[in-house]
Amino acid sequence: MIEFVLNGRQVRFSGNPLTRLIDVLREDFGLTGTKEGCGEGECGACSVLRNGKLTTSCLIPVGAVCGDEIVTIEGLRETEQGKCLIDCFAEAGAVQCGFCIPGMVMAAQALLLCNSHPDEDDVRLAISGNICRCTGYDLIVDAIIMASEKGAGLW
Amino acid sequence: MVRIDDRIRRIDAIEKASGKAKYLCDISLDGMLYARMVRSTIARGRIVSINVPPLPEGYYFVTADDIPEGCANSLWMIAKDWRCFASGDVRYVGETIGLLVGPSLAVLKALEESVRIEYEEMEAAISIDDAIAVKGGPILEKDDIHCSLTSQKGGDIDQILSGAAQIVEETIETGFQEHVHLETNAAICTIEDGRYTFYISCQCPFYVRKSVAGLLGLRPEDIRVKQTTTGGAFGGKEHFPDVLAGPLLVAEHKIRKPIKLVFDREEDMIYSVKRHPSKIVLKTGLDSEGNILGSDIRVYYNCGAYLSSSYVVLQRGVFHANGVYNFPATRIRGYGMATNTFPSDAFRGFGAPQTLFAIETHLDHIAAKLKVDPVEYKRRYFLRQGDETVTEGHIVEKVVLEEMLNQVAEKSGYFRKAAEYRRGSGRGIGMSFYNHGGAFTGNGEQSIIKAHLRLVKDGDRFTILCGQTEMGQGFRTILRKIVASVLEVDMDDIVYDNPDTDLVPDSGPTAASRSTMIVGRLAEEAAMQMKERMSEEHVEIETEYKHPEGHPWDQDTFKGDAYLGYGWGCACVEVEVDKLTNEVKVVGIWSSHDIGRAIDELIVHGQVNGGIVQSLGYASMEKMENRGGHFRQTSMSDYVVPTSMDFPRQEWGLVDNPYEWGPFGAKGMGELVFNGADAAYIDALERALDVTITRIPMPVEDIEGARA
Ligand code: FES
Ligand code: FES
Repeated sequence: MIEFVLNGRQVRFSGNPLTRLIDVLREDFGLTGTKEGCGEGECGACSVLRNGKLTTSCLIPVGAVCGDEIVTIEGLRETEQGKCLIDCFAEAGAVQCGFCIPGMVMAAQALLLCNSHPDEDDVRLAISGNICRCTGYDLIVDAIIMASEKGAGLW
Repeated sequence: MVRIDDRIRRIDAIEKASGKAKYLCDISLDGMLYARMVRSTIARGRIVSINVPPLPEGYYFVTADDIPEGCANSLWMIAKDWRCFASGDVRYVGETIGLLVGPSLAVLKALEESVRIEYEEMEAAISIDDAIAVKGGPILEKDDIHCSLTSQKGGDIDQILSGAAQIVEETIETGFQEHVHLETNAAICTIEDGRYTFYISCQCPFYVRKSVAGLLGLRPEDIRVKQTTTGGAFGGKEHFPDVLAGPLLVAEHKIRKPIKLVFDREEDMIYSVKRHPSKIVLKTGLDSEGNILGSDIRVYYNCGAYLSSSYVVLQRGVFHANGVYNFPATRIRGYGMATNTFPSDAFRGFGAPQTLFAIETHLDHIAAKLKVDPVEYKRRYFLRQGDETVTEGHIVEKVVLEEMLNQVAEKSGYFRKAAEYRRGSGRGIGMSFYNHGGAFTGNGEQSIIKAHLRLVKDGDRFTILCGQTEMGQGFRTILRKIVASVLEVDMDDIVYDNPDTDLVPDSGPTAASRSTMIVGRLAEEAAMQMKERMSEEHVEIETEYKHPEGHPWDQDTFKGDAYLGYGWGCACVEVEVDKLTNEVKVVGIWSSHDIGRAIDELIVHGQVNGGIVQSLGYASMEKMENRGGHFRQTSMSDYVVPTSMDFPRQEWGLVDNPYEWGPFGAKGMGELVFNGADAAYIDALERALDVTITRIPMPVEDIEGARA
């Protein structure tokens, strides 16, 4: 039995501990906001927070998160920080096909948690593990900087 | 109330950013089964035997034998030659042989490993040169030429070239490019209300039903296709979804339970269509002052094993081979070559990027030989309104390339930098010019597509019914904005959902940069008629596309006005190259585009930004090689697409040049923005290193070879 905290709730998983975290999130907990873009740690679409740090959920077995705190987009979107980020992504025009975006929002949250006033270079570095094939990134960078300004004090 | 110039939010942004949007992979139906494809592992050969292990209860292996008797084993794309399942022989690595279906994906994967197929292998033709040499014997009836065409203007080119003071001849090549839409290809087939029904990530739901209906002897309208929120496409989901839908339909016919097929990244990378690799031979005659007398261009596209839509891609390549220039004479001969590679298909630009890259780079090389600034050289030949085109038609609209050039030159400091940076100094700046003919070629919109759109008023709500899909480009927002602006109502008063072929009229494919220009116009017209009837409770208006009078086109001879409205572009790229390691740093990107008028500037900004980055990836890092029929780059770690660190922030601009027949003056732009940054990048790189580059992609590790 694996126990961990998922979006603020204590949860249990009784299946194979080698199951990828992404599959447990999507299939067992129905949290489909976490996307699979590559399944090999290259695209960041499956990003979640593990104890506040950005993690690709396609690469870790659920057994490894025993006792950890996992936050997915479904958890983040209920918070003031999450709402601010999502709102700024929409406002800045950062969303196109959207498939990468939940992962981008998670990456942005991970950045702002440790640096609440990032500059453009900080932002580019923070999302460099997240591939977006649509936007060319400029408007995503704008969105994250906008969030850090509009949401001043939230992080 | 929204006005066309208002800054608004995309209607799907919050839903997507908060993870609520449902893509195909997020959908699960009761009693759903999964599927895995069994594919050819060789490029060419005869199938001797297919050995399938004993299947557990509830598992199936579906092949060509399951297609009902008398029905054709073919997918009707533009041509009908692509088989749903290989049978008898295989023609490329990855050709679908069968579909394994059952309740557990893990079990299916294990079964897939144990299917044994024996082949009698034949020598395969992989490259364009192989196809020209008909390596391994003809793939088609007598040779390896799927299709060909010639376009020309001006006098006899052979004679002109024989009288030239100087001839510049070179061959320019471009590689495969993989779409890497972040959502892989995916579909579900099921039966709802007694009818075959697809949920599918795609650009063109009407294409899907047309393509697969014949497999069961059905009519397209017997099948229902519902597009699901699509996570990027770029052309990769124009015809290719049919390759999933066909086998799924045959399986559904046999099994009659919902079946889901989702490609994993490796499958999507190596078993999907790519941009056509090209080989373009250019021969240009100059007079003693260096003026161009004429150009003779041969264009070869590697189409792969099936023709599918390649003839149309080749046509567009040929019609764009002159770039944005008016030469006194040109002959362009295009050949679509059959090889034993995965069929090539649509990719943003649809055949234009290859020839545009070639002509830009060729002119850069001529200018370098003549020791004149390439931009000064190119601008002498800029097309103008009324100029004759290579299809014996004319440029119908006003061309504002000079204005665009000035805009970009001013922001980038091009002329100062071009003079200051010595060739080979490690710093370089390059500029390119390009265009993209909007919508289907010639009168295809009227004669082939016959687009329809319906606008329905129910009280205060207006529903747009058409087949256009949202795939990230913003069309669900754009079309609402057009209608809302005309009607002077709120965006929220307009309903426009993902299309369902049972509910909407066929407005043609979401492709060819036609959606805004053509379907947007139909929506604008419908809204204008609606506006006269706002006091009525229930109104239905249907509009149909009509080609403007006085612009004839002959689809048999390819003569006439090929495109009424082009998008035009100018891009500039500045690089710094470490001359020891060849590490390239792009330090500036500037662009200007003529898209008529922007329906929504923020969406246009995103398209410009993304299209240019994709084009820079194409020119630099996106290398996809094929050895013996196998793609070598199988994952996102070996096929690298640009990250947020690879290119700097872009400066961009638009010029205002309203288009007579577009909604609010808008033209197409989705593909245009892909068509030119590649050439600007290579131009900059050549100047920085004082080298001549004749092929892309040119990743850092290949630059040394180009120097030698
Ligand atoms: S799906 Fe996990 S990094 Fe791509
Ligand atoms: S918005 Fe499509 S991949 Fe980022």
